[in-house]
Parts: sequence; C-alpha cells; structure tokens
Amino acid sequence: MSLDKDTVRRVARLARIEVAEDRLEALGQELNQIIGFVEQLDEVDTSSVAPMTSVAKQKLRWRADEVTSGGQAEKVTANAPASDMNFFVVPKVVE
Amino acid sequence: MRDIPTNPDNLIAGETGDWEIVMGLEIHAQVSSNAKLFSGASTEFGADPNSQVSFVDAGLPGMLPTINERCVEQAVRTGMGLNAEINLYSVFDRKNYFYPDLPQGYQISQFKQPIVGRGTVTIELSDGSTKEIGVERLHLEQDAGKSLHDQHPSQTYVDLNRCGVALMEIVSDPDMRSAEEASAYVEKVQRIVRYVGSCDGVMAEGSLRADVNVSVRRPGGELGTRCEIKNVNSMRFIRQAIEHEARRQIEILEDGGKIDQETRLYDPNKGVTRSMRSKEEAHDYRYFPDPDLLPLEMEQEWVDAIRASLPELPDAKKARFMADFGLSEYDARTLVSDRDSADYYEAVASGRDPKLSANWVTTDLFGYLNRTGINIAESPIKAAQLGQLIDRIIDKTISGRIAKEVFEVMCETHQDPDAIIAEKGLKQVTDEGAITAVVDQVIAENPDKVADVQGGKEKLLGWFTGQVMKLSGGKANPQAVNKILREKILGD
Repeated sequence: MSLDKDTVRRVARLARIEVAEDRLEALGQELNQIIGFVEQLDEVDTSSVAPMTSVAKQKLRWRADEVTSGGQAEKVTANAPASDMNFFVVPKVVE
Repeated sequence: MRDIPTNPDNLIAGETGDWEIVMGLEIHAQVSSNAKLFSGASTEFGADPNSQVSFVDAGLPGMLPTINERCVEQAVRTGMGLNAEINLYSVFDRKNYFYPDLPQGYQISQFKQPIVGRGTVTIELSDGSTKEIGVERLHLEQDAGKSLHDQHPSQTYVDLNRCGVALMEIVSDPDMRSAEEASAYVEKVQRIVRYVGSCDGVMAEGSLRADVNVSVRRPGGELGTRCEIKNVNSMRFIRQAIEHEARRQIEILEDGGKIDQETRLYDPNKGVTRSMRSKEEAHDYRYFPDPDLLPLEMEQEWVDAIRASLPELPDAKKARFMADFGLSEYDARTLVSDRDSADYYEAVASGRDPKLSANWVTTDLFGYLNRTGINIAESPIKAAQLGQLIDRIIDKTISGRIAKEVFEVMCETHQDPDAIIAEKGLKQVTDEGAITAVVDQVIAENPDKVADVQGGKEKLLGWFTGQVMKLSGGKANPQAVNKILREKILGD
C-alpha cells in the first residue's frame, strides 16, 4: 500500500494538521515507510485467530449508575482558549 | 432487502407516472440513566451550562471511559422490546469527526459488532392493518454537546452537558413506503422504549429523534439514490419532511436530473428540506476499535434475569385485552398506547364488565383528560371512582344517562360517585308504587293518546315512557316504567 499526495493532503485535513504543499511529498514517503513497517505483520498467518482489540488479560470494568462527577464548570472550561458564562466559546459554526 | 409488495395506496402520482417512496429510519433514543454512558456526570435535562461535565466528557488527556452498567441493561431491555437478538459480545469503536460539540474528536459508538442485532417491530396503521418493519440493529453510543449560535454575533457557545449521555441508535430496514408508515414506526418504537422504561421518548426535549433516509423509485423498481433528513423532532414534522422530500426528488427525476446522496435538514418554518453540505467531508469517519475499551461481554444469566424483569409489552397486552376482555382491536390499541392507560383500564375493568369499562375509559375519561390536558397518571378521577360509577349502573342504582350526569360532576368536584348520587338525590326509583303514581298521572292527563296506543299505535308507548322519566327527573328505572305502562294501558 502506498499513499499518493492527494491522500496525504486529505489525511492531514481530517486530522486538522496544516501541511504546506511542498511538504506533502516528503510526508507521504514517511507515512509509506510506517505503513510498510506495519505491513510486515501480514506475513503472519492469523486465519485461525479471532480479531481482538486488546491483549490485556482482563475484562471490561463496569461502573454503577451513580452521579459521581460534575458541578465543576469553571474547571472544565479553565483551559479553553475562550469561555463566557461557563460556555466554551468558539468561532461561529453554523450549518 | 426484503421484498415488500407495492401497496397502490402509497403511490405518488407524478407527471410521468407513479412513484413509490422507500424509507429506512435511524432513531436516536436517549437512555434513561442517572449518569452518562462512560462517566459519572449527571444526565439531568436543563442544568446550567457545563455543570454536568466530567473530565472524561470534556475529552481531557489521561481520562479513561468506564461503562455504565445501567446503560447496558437499558440497551438489552430495548432490544428485547424490539424482538431482537441480544449479542453477548459487542465492541466499541471510535467514529472520528471534528466538531466543537465533540471535544474528544471522536464519538464512542459501535460499528461492526453492536450490542443488539436483528429484530422486528409491528406497526399499526389507521386502516386497522399492521405491517412488520425489520430492525437491522441497535447500538450504544455517546451523544454530542450542544452548540448555541444565537448568543453572540460571531461566536458559537458550546455546552457539553449532553456530551457523553448514552444514546441507543435503532436502525430500521428500508421497509417503509409512506409517511404514515414512518410515523407509525416512530410511535411504536416510542411506545416500546416507554414500556420497558429505557427512554422517556419525549421528542420535544430531543430524547427521541429520527433521521429519515428517503429515496423514490418506480413501483417495485430499482432503488433510487437516498437523502438523509436529519433530526426531525416531532411526528408531524416527520410526515411533512418525508412528503416534501419525496416531492422534491420526484421533481428532479422527472426533469431528467439526478439525486445527489446527501444529508438534508428539515426546516419546519418553511416546510422544506435543505442541503447540509458542510457535513459532507465529516463523513469520512475512519472507524476503529476504541483502544480505551475492552469488548463488552455479558453473562447469559444476567441477560435472562433482565428478560424475566420485563413488563408485558404492548403487542402482548393488546392481544390479551382482545382475547380476555373481548375488546375490539381499536379499543385495545387505544388502551395499550401507554402503560398508565392500560393499568388504569385494568383497574377499572377488574371484576366488572370489560366492554362497558372500556367505553367509559376511552370515551368519557379520555375525553375529559384531553379537554383538560391532564395526563392519565395524574387523573383526579381515580380508577376506583370510575369503577364505583360503573358498579352503580350495573346494580341499577342509576341509569346510564344519569351516570353521564354524575360523571360530569365528578369532573368538576372529583367526588366519589356515591357521594354525588346521595347529595343530588339521583338514586333511581325502582319502587313500583312511586312509579305507578306517576304513570297514573300521565295516563289521566292524556286519554286521547291512551286510546291511540290501545288502537294499535304501540310506538306511542315510547312517548309515555319519556313523559314519566321527565316527571321523575330521570330517576325512574326505565324498564320498570315500561312494564307498568304496558300493564296499565295494554293490560299485558
């Protein structure tokens, strides 16, 4: 698998990373190297292994349906670039 | 896709021939729980901005999601209500998109392995018929926050209180062919989630919302390209949005154009749908299993215990009302529309005539509740009081006509029927002596009419009955009046 320039541009856009046009070529080569490294896994026959999302030998932890958090609007918005009356404030996004 | 015979009544006439609408729905139902799907923040509606946000919901680094047991149980209950397969093993995935009301940058959802698989919902249509609608799946996912665009001229205000609240997304098969079927489907799903208690189903507060996938085709022909209409939040808007969208698509196709697959928003003020092009790029969701969450595994015994705790579901209740109480399909359907109505009816009908009870509940009580806008759970006329009123008809203390009068007073004063009957002296006169006196009076005052009856005009007896009832203030027992009249005039 190999990424062309358009794909690299789209991936960068989806990740909200600004990449200058003259960097796309080089970035694509780097990404291709990473993909090539991971593709080595294809050499292993996994046809008899069920897909798994974790190798941890444990079960999903469940919580009881209890309110244990909240009432901290100032803390939640403390790191926001802008806030007002405990709302996050962002540039206008209207459909 | 299931093959559904075309119903000619559902066809829409275009300039170049008939068209058929094909629809599938995605319903988002907010899970009733105290806390959110993966955090301990409250789900309560209408709180101060960002006052119900944990650091998990805010997407702060280093925070890990932990699943809420109650939300899992609610999804299972709902799946059972939808007659669906329950998957003991399911997986949470990340659905990636970039939007200010989604601070994580992804929604935790279920993609390939949902908690609930295929099911069926039976919808009821106004002509009395029913239809099976396939359910493809139900999965658990997080809700997003809320953006307010009207607080500031150039900025959007974001409140994350709803962010992370558990939603059940219920995806139907494309089995619906008319706006009526689509709204009947939403109503039925709403009834089911309310019966099992997994969602309050209030569309006005956004607890239940529907996205409608609409396409049109020639009857029974190739499927057309579909458009998704987002977040239609009332039954009326669902019907309007579908009718408008189908017309729009038909016009384009008849003009030789083609439909673009896109997301559209219904504008209830203008009655039109419009394109939401800005969302298009966001559709590259790049799903992958969430590495923060292990697969969701449930024990069969736990699931069995949930099944054992389910209430009787609306379809089963309706069938029982028809079989055990001999009710019509229409009455049974009306009474099971919500659990409170069904419970009220059963309390009234217990030990009494089931059909008479159904008439009083669906006609008189529902009429009163509709007039006053009171919910049946808060009805000031209790089931025991309505039952007492019916008892007094059955034991002939009052006639059916007087019962209506007593009911009117009950609506005003909320008193027991017995108290009203005693206070207003409405007890039916069954004492033959008292009735005979009135009958004698009417006969004495109308010798010509007596002669007419004796001459063969038996129909005139009804007039005599009316006069006697009038003179007795409606309290004379009509059967006793008839009997005495016949004796006196005809010598029966």
